[in-house]
Amino acid sequence: MDFAFMARYAPLYVDAALLTLRIAAVGIALSLLAGLVCGLTQYYRVPIGKNIAAAYIELSRNTPLLVQLFFLYFGLPKAGIRLSSEVCAYIGLTFLGGGYMAEAFRSGLESIEKIQVESGLSLGLTRAQVMRCIVLPQAAAISLPGICANMIFLIKETSVFSVLALADLMYVAKDLIGLYYKTNEALTMLVAFYLLILLPVSTVLSLVERKFRYAGYGSQSAV
Amino acid sequence: MQDMGVRVLFEGANGVRLLKGLWTALRISLLSMAFSFVLGTLLGCAMTLKNPVVKAAAKIYLEFIRIMPQLVLLFLAYFGMTKAFGIQLSGYASALIVFTMWGTAEMGDLVRGVLISIPKHQYLSGLALGLSPWRVYLHIIFPQSARRLIPLAINLSTRMIKTTSLVVLIGVVEVLKVGQQIIEANRYAAPSGALWVYGAVFLLYFIACYPISSLARLLENKWKG
Amino acid sequence: MLEIQTLRKSFDGQIVLNNISFSVQKGEVVVLVGPSGCGKSTLLRCVNGLERIDSGAIALEGRVLTCDKTKWPLIRQKIGMVFQSYDLFPHMNVMENILLGPMKAQKRSRKETEADAERLLTRVGLLDKKSAFPRQLSGGQKQRVAIARALIMKPAIMLFDEVTAALDPEMVREVLDVMLELAEEGMTMLIVTHEMQFAKAAADRIIFIDKGEIVESGAPEDFFTNPRTDRAKRFLNMFSFENRKKKGLGVK
Repeated sequence: MDFAFMARYAPLYVDAALLTLRIAAVGIALSLLAGLVCGLTQYYRVPIGKNIAAAYIELSRNTPLLVQLFFLYFGLPKAGIRLSSEVCAYIGLTFLGGGYMAEAFRSGLESIEKIQVESGLSLGLTRAQVMRCIVLPQAAAISLPGICANMIFLIKETSVFSVLALADLMYVAKDLIGLYYKTNEALTMLVAFYLLILLPVSTVLSLVERKFRYAGYGSQSAV
Repeated sequence: MQDMGVRVLFEGANGVRLLKGLWTALRISLLSMAFSFVLGTLLGCAMTLKNPVVKAAAKIYLEFIRIMPQLVLLFLAYFGMTKAFGIQLSGYASALIVFTMWGTAEMGDLVRGVLISIPKHQYLSGLALGLSPWRVYLHIIFPQSARRLIPLAINLSTRMIKTTSLVVLIGVVEVLKVGQQIIEANRYAAPSGALWVYGAVFLLYFIACYPISSLARLLENKWKG
Repeated sequence: MLEIQTLRKSFDGQIVLNNISFSVQKGEVVVLVGPSGCGKSTLLRCVNGLERIDSGAIALEGRVLTCDKTKWPLIRQKIGMVFQSYDLFPHMNVMENILLGPMKAQKRSRKETEADAERLLTRVGLLDKKSAFPRQLSGGQKQRVAIARALIMKPAIMLFDEVTAALDPEMVREVLDVMLELAEEGMTMLIVTHEMQFAKAAADRIIFIDKGEIVESGAPEDFFTNPRTDRAKRFLNMFSFENRKKKGLGVK
């Protein structure tokens, strides 16, 4: 193992990791938003809207991100729509993540009993207030494990963005293998950096998840 | 110009070539899935054992495989194995190994989850009926587990199919690669080919995955509770 | 106070309430009794606008309640409702549960409401539980909080929908006692219950509903000792074990 080599090229990995994190953060935030909108559309059974949401969820969950990206990045320019690599990455990740997040939100929303809505209404709250103060907080807690799993999944999925010529971790590793044939070093650093990103995130998420589980939202378990 | 592009799909053997490419990816997932079912079931059962060494080893294996992006695992197999052991693995073989390892981890976790979700009193009441432990497993635990496991396992298959699209990045000639070749070959005849070819690939994956995930949902709803 | 005229309600073409007319005076306690599925719970839900009525009219304090969606939140503030299942909000503690309505719907200040809430909690005997979460309370305690939560809105009328039906027997009493006190203080109440002893004690008037219609109504002493109709007799017999012993008849 050539440690000098690794030290020399570590900064490249740091930059790449930051890029990965940035794309993941934006993508996850947008996915949450898209997922919430779709989840609510389905929960309220908005005419037409719910069908569009359902079709979108199926499309996003039943196609690979890589294929979505090829279409966005290489296909769309032929129809006159030219997107930068980074914009493609955001759109791709959001298109994928939105479908998964929507499912998580929907199952949370649907698990809230109708009586909760009715007792809110009978206090004279408006439907919007019932959603904001009563249904959403409980649904979010129930959806949390799904949402956390989706976040990890989306961070992992960012690994395909090297095909958009974005200098992420995969891209750097492949470059170093190609240029210097330092396969072991490049791959070790690749694994190390992914662990560096994913281990803390998954630890924090499982802590958050546990905290909410013990808060016992909506659960019947006695204390 | 647009209609020129769409014609690429139907020219000569292009359509058939794309389907063959898809089959390459599907074959990898099917084979890996078959291996994973067997190995994953064993792993899952092993994880319910009380043996701390087995438990710890399984846990580390599971956590590492599941936390790494599958593309990283593919790189490790494809580039890493060659360098480390001097074995020149083809992209196809690397993919089979990686997806089997990954599938085994995921499947193992599903099997473990299902097994521990069967309430203990189910086992006890079987024994109370005078059944032998083996028969309790055969007639009570196994059928219940299977009903919970099958929808989850089918879902895993669609994830596997979607993930096998990554093999194009380690040089396997599958549907995306074939698509690229078709686009290259028709660069001048059909400049907008990329739009149609990648659109078609997108649709092909959807057609492959949608029925499977619908089936999983159907079974899940049918067997709930 | 509350007036219902020729109310009719159906689900998917099946009529569940037909030609229902009665009124509740200020300070009156009216108890609705009848077999399960006779439509009495649906009636309460119609009064509170949780179900849409097919025809007829409901008027509260002389004003007809319309189907206009935007007006319901204001109307519901005047109607307190307690449900059968424990309907507290599990993600809020007792105090937050009680404050939600006045602060969000009535825009009252936290300070004023909090004092009110403490007074009500003292009344139902649960002041020491104000920071507890619903899952830490027994069924009876939850229902008492639910009553306090409805009362803090200063409703003109309270609706109770089988509030003790899901409770363990030893907790029924504590909830009924709170309701009896309310009755004594002159709260206007419309109650659906299967607790006949309680109905006898609390009601000013009993309304017996069967198959979606009002069959009989009258003072409790008349209804329980001298029911006029066969349907009411048969219904009341279900609660009595004496006949079975004497005549050897089935409870049904």
